[in-house]
Amino acid sequence: MIRNPKDLQRYTAPERANHWVVGICFILLALSGLAFFHPAFFPLAQLFGGGTWARILHPYVGVIMALSFVRMFFRFRELNRMTPADREWLSRVGEMVDGNDHNMPVQGKYNGGQKLLFWALVVCMALLVISGIVTWRAWLNLPVVVVRFGAVIHAATAAVMIGLIMVHIYAAIWVKGTIRAMWYGTVTRGWAKQHHRAWYRQMTGKS
Amino acid sequence: MALQSLDIARRSATTTDSPSVRQTTEVAKLIDVTTCIGCKACQAACMEWNDIRDEVGSNSGIYDNPRDLSAESWTVMRYSEVEEAGKLEWLIRKDGCMHCADPGCLKACPAPGAIVQYANGIVDFHEENCIGCGYCITGCPFNVPRISKKDNKAYKCTLCSDRVAVGQEPACIKACPTGALQFGSKQQMKDYAEERIVDLKERGFKDAGLYDPQGVGGTHVMYVLHHADRPQLYNNLPENPSISPMVALWKGVAKPLATLALAGIAFSSLFHYVIKGPNEVSKELEDELEEEDAS
Repeated sequence: MIRNPKDLQRYTAPERANHWVVGICFILLALSGLAFFHPAFFPLAQLFGGGTWARILHPYVGVIMALSFVRMFFRFRELNRMTPADREWLSRVGEMVDGNDHNMPVQGKYNGGQKLLFWALVVCMALLVISGIVTWRAWLNLPVVVVRFGAVIHAATAAVMIGLIMVHIYAAIWVKGTIRAMWYGTVTRGWAKQHHRAWYRQMTGKS
Repeated sequence: MALQSLDIARRSATTTDSPSVRQTTEVAKLIDVTTCIGCKACQAACMEWNDIRDEVGSNSGIYDNPRDLSAESWTVMRYSEVEEAGKLEWLIRKDGCMHCADPGCLKACPAPGAIVQYANGIVDFHEENCIGCGYCITGCPFNVPRISKKDNKAYKCTLCSDRVAVGQEPACIKACPTGALQFGSKQQMKDYAEERIVDLKERGFKDAGLYDPQGVGGTHVMYVLHHADRPQLYNNLPENPSISPMVALWKGVAKPLATLALAGIAFSSLFHYVIKGPNEVSKELEDELEEEDAS
């Protein structure tokens, strides 16, 4: 166990498990979904036992993801309320990306970018679930106009969401000491102080 | 290579050309609605040749039987009772795949080789490659393909591609007792239709004409209609069918654009890391905390 008693607890075990269920579902859905989207990705269907299996499994994995995402939404909704400090942070995100984050506004448990991502994912998930249900031919046979509309929305939203998650994953890789929060729940005090100072103060009572 | 008459011109979910050096004659079926007597011999011949037997349905009070196309009924007669100039007209249309030159089913299909278009114009489903997603139904402007409840594969009229390949006409053509169904090269069929239309106009059907909708690039199943100005009279035959703009967007520009955008994000991330380096906790902060701990 890699634990320093002074590390800060960022995520509880149920929170981490919930995130991983959503994350695994997302990866399975992205791989199988891309297979139906562009011929270049069709070989990905082999990971699921062929095109027919990918077609059968994709929507059921979607149901699991939707339910787990709803649970996660209620866990983190309050923590992701946008504040003026978040907007200030977002307006200066260029400095952050440029690798110069020393003058960024002080952030709580989540910064403006993380909050924006959270709400963008909520919108994407809502659109994907609705459009996914109307195109689920194994169970439904809705008017073709509805299905066509659903197919376009599903594909476009999925592309946006895959892009957002790529940014999400890259941010975690880029900011060292982040991924452990999702593995075993803790982060170092230094990490918290540098990236989420208001949260650090709240957790430690120090400045 | 496939049999010459079955050279493949287009293949679903395939981004490179199919072998296309050899040219074959475009074929077409002509359905002369004006000489059809609604005997359903074509339906019976279709079942027989293709060895498909639909479940016996129930009588819904009209002649249409079976009530709709299905995975086991690839062609059905549709009967419309229409009043024209105070007289009843019984318009009977043999419905089924139109074999579009620009097939919406093929455009929408995500499974490589599940839908092909032969050089002779026939659009055919290869069920062994079908994954059962139903995108072909979403893409079709004529509401033709059906997913089987038995095997979850999509089925529709093949224009008897197996018969055509060996120089035979489709089974329905062979069975038609009135000559309402004709088969030959597309040009021959257009020429024949022209004669029929002249005849019909002489008989007072001034709007008689050929149904070969250009919105889908023309079709390889064409109709001679007495009221070509109002195809919707014939059980809602679409007036100006084309691939839906939503399908064109979904399976057209969206595909390469989204793929490029995602690749762009992946590469930008990689190069961001390589150029800017990782975002680590600053040494000063670490030292500060160490001092705090020591004191």
